Amino acid sequence: MDAFTVLDGLVAPLDRSNVDTDAIIPKQFLKSIQRTGFGPYLFDEWRYLDHGEPGMDCSNRPLNLEFALNQPRYQGAQVLLARDNFGCGSSREHAPWALLDYGFRCIIAPSFADIFYNNCFKNGILPIVLDAATVDDLFRQAAANEGYRLVVDLPAQQIRTPAGEAIAFEVDGFRKDCLIEGLDDIGLTLKHVDDIRAYEERRKAEAPWLFRAIR
Amino acid sequence: MGGKTLYDKLWDAHVVRTEADGTTLLYIDRQLVHEVTSPQAFDGLRLAARKPRRSEANLAVPDHNVPTLARAEGILEPFSREQVKALDRNCQEFHITEFGMNDQRQGIVHVIGPEQGATLPGMTVVCGDSHTSTHGALGALAFGIGTSEVEHVLATQCLIQKKSKNMLISVDGKVGPGVTAKDIVLAIIGEIGTAGGTGYAIEFGGEAIHDLSVEGRMTVCNMSIEAGARAGMVSVDQTTIDYVKGRPFAPSEDQWDKAVVAWRELVSDADAVFDRVVRIDAAGIQPQVSWGTSPEMVAPVGERVPDPDQVADPVKAAGMRRALEYMGLEAGTPIGEIRLDKIFIGSCTNSRIEDLRAAAAQVQGHKVADNIKLAMVVPGSGLVKLQAEAEGLDKVFLDAGFEWREPGCSMCLAMNADRLEPGERCASTSNRNFEGRQGQGGRTHLVSPAMAAAAAVAGHFVDIREL
Ligand code: SF4
Repeated sequence: MDAFTVLDGLVAPLDRSNVDTDAIIPKQFLKSIQRTGFGPYLFDEWRYLDHGEPGMDCSNRPLNLEFALNQPRYQGAQVLLARDNFGCGSSREHAPWALLDYGFRCIIAPSFADIFYNNCFKNGILPIVLDAATVDDLFRQAAANEGYRLVVDLPAQQIRTPAGEAIAFEVDGFRKDCLIEGLDDIGLTLKHVDDIRAYEERRKAEAPWLFRAIR
Repeated sequence: MGGKTLYDKLWDAHVVRTEADGTTLLYIDRQLVHEVTSPQAFDGLRLAARKPRRSEANLAVPDHNVPTLARAEGILEPFSREQVKALDRNCQEFHITEFGMNDQRQGIVHVIGPEQGATLPGMTVVCGDSHTSTHGALGALAFGIGTSEVEHVLATQCLIQKKSKNMLISVDGKVGPGVTAKDIVLAIIGEIGTAGGTGYAIEFGGEAIHDLSVEGRMTVCNMSIEAGARAGMVSVDQTTIDYVKGRPFAPSEDQWDKAVVAWRELVSDADAVFDRVVRIDAAGIQPQVSWGTSPEMVAPVGERVPDPDQVADPVKAAGMRRALEYMGLEAGTPIGEIRLDKIFIGSCTNSRIEDLRAAAAQVQGHKVADNIKLAMVVPGSGLVKLQAEAEGLDKVFLDAGFEWREPGCSMCLAMNADRLEPGERCASTSNRNFEGRQGQGGRTHLVSPAMAAAAAVAGHFVDIREL
């Protein structure tokens, strides 16, 4: 996983609430057994006018020019501005994989769905919750100023606007450390393997039926 | 200090260690694995030269991609075939038990877990699938996880978690006739909204919930995620214990009594404290039909499609307008006048034997209406299918003009060949009505099995209480 420290990124707005994981990456692309290559199909049904299928070459598909991410001014964006309940729906990690593959490293919204929020951290994406009024204001700024960028400073837990304003945000301490250092959760957990073993022994004595093998 | 909630008890029993900030290493008793969200997890294990900590704690099954017709011919679509093959290969390499596509026990992962007794009261259950909350019906802590976490559980049998808040949704009193578990949960989501449960573990309680069978409780817990909560659960009672008894992986004879004693503790203490309590009057719940593209967009069958102009919140009104446009509906249309093209009875929400019985009861002696292009029943598992056939339900459906298919997720998410064409309108017993969920441009109305079956006969929605 790539570490996340300070990001100075172009902002793209996605002005819809309840954007679900099927909209982020439609199910036909879930048939891939890889982790990468989902970027061209991000928001496929909104981004293109035709129907996308896995393996398609997207370079000559007809674009939906009304869709924000297709506008020239938002090309290369790394910060996604979103609305309430972003990432609702399925647990598919293909959604953060697609966002990451497209180039997004940070998503700002008034609220996120739990599983999606969690999946972002596992993939080096920082999801930031800000109150609705602040998000509204960022939407206005991004619309009004072409090339609008934000500096997202994770160690300082601060977003800095071009006007010099600093917006503080909350993030869980453990997740923050993992993201800053690009740490692998499994490696961390395996350091506690003695605790896991001790738990299993105690539990096996207490509730042996939980350990019945599926065979 | 107050007593403990059911969630507190399940959580506390699985804590391996807790850091000062509350970050917890939580032990996972059972992982269910399916083909869509696991290949990258197994790859991760291989790349890091890791092995599953307890391969025998996992149970795998292909369900999302499998064809529901002509299964003997294998999977024709190459990507789907490759994904199912990858699951077969991975299970072999890592010694995980898999009910393969042609195993009689194959079915939707959330149907087979409880059916086999592989998921039990008091367990922590995970799966790379958001509807894992289904298993909470047994008094378990069950929630969906992403692929990185699937790999984490394989490697460590644990997850790094922070505890959620406690919510009680109490459905008080009794529901009226014709009102099912599906109507209860749709009404709940209509009430609290799709983000109402975000950050919470929900316990469903009250007389109307405990009146339900375990299968009905599964329908309710299944849709916890549509209310924003990763986990939903129901406390253990005699109904739960009777359900588990005798299942293939349930505790063996010598452990049964001890297990039952432990399971009886799986109820919230009388003085338990919930962060939020929602009370719903069961008697007020009517058969529900979703009219929009979010599971909170529901209305009682006797009412009309709501009017965005009557809604004060502009963001909400805009969402409603977009939904109505996608759904091809006019505000003010009586729900009963919505005509349908397809009927889908299936999915992990409503494909168990009681669901099929309820649907068959509406269909018995009738024919599917002429305007219905396709009405299909997809049993939740091979064993559900066998049971239904033993009861003659397949004949009831076939005689009426329904198709009787092989088990799997099917048109719930249309990853296989079963899907809606653009503009087609479907009464579906599944759980999601998002844009394109059942096929690009397809229009989904979420209903109970009885309501879907009655709609197949009438060609439009009908109030089953008036039949
Ligand atoms: S039936 Fe539908 S909701 Fe359930 S696991 Fe399958 S795809 Fe997911």
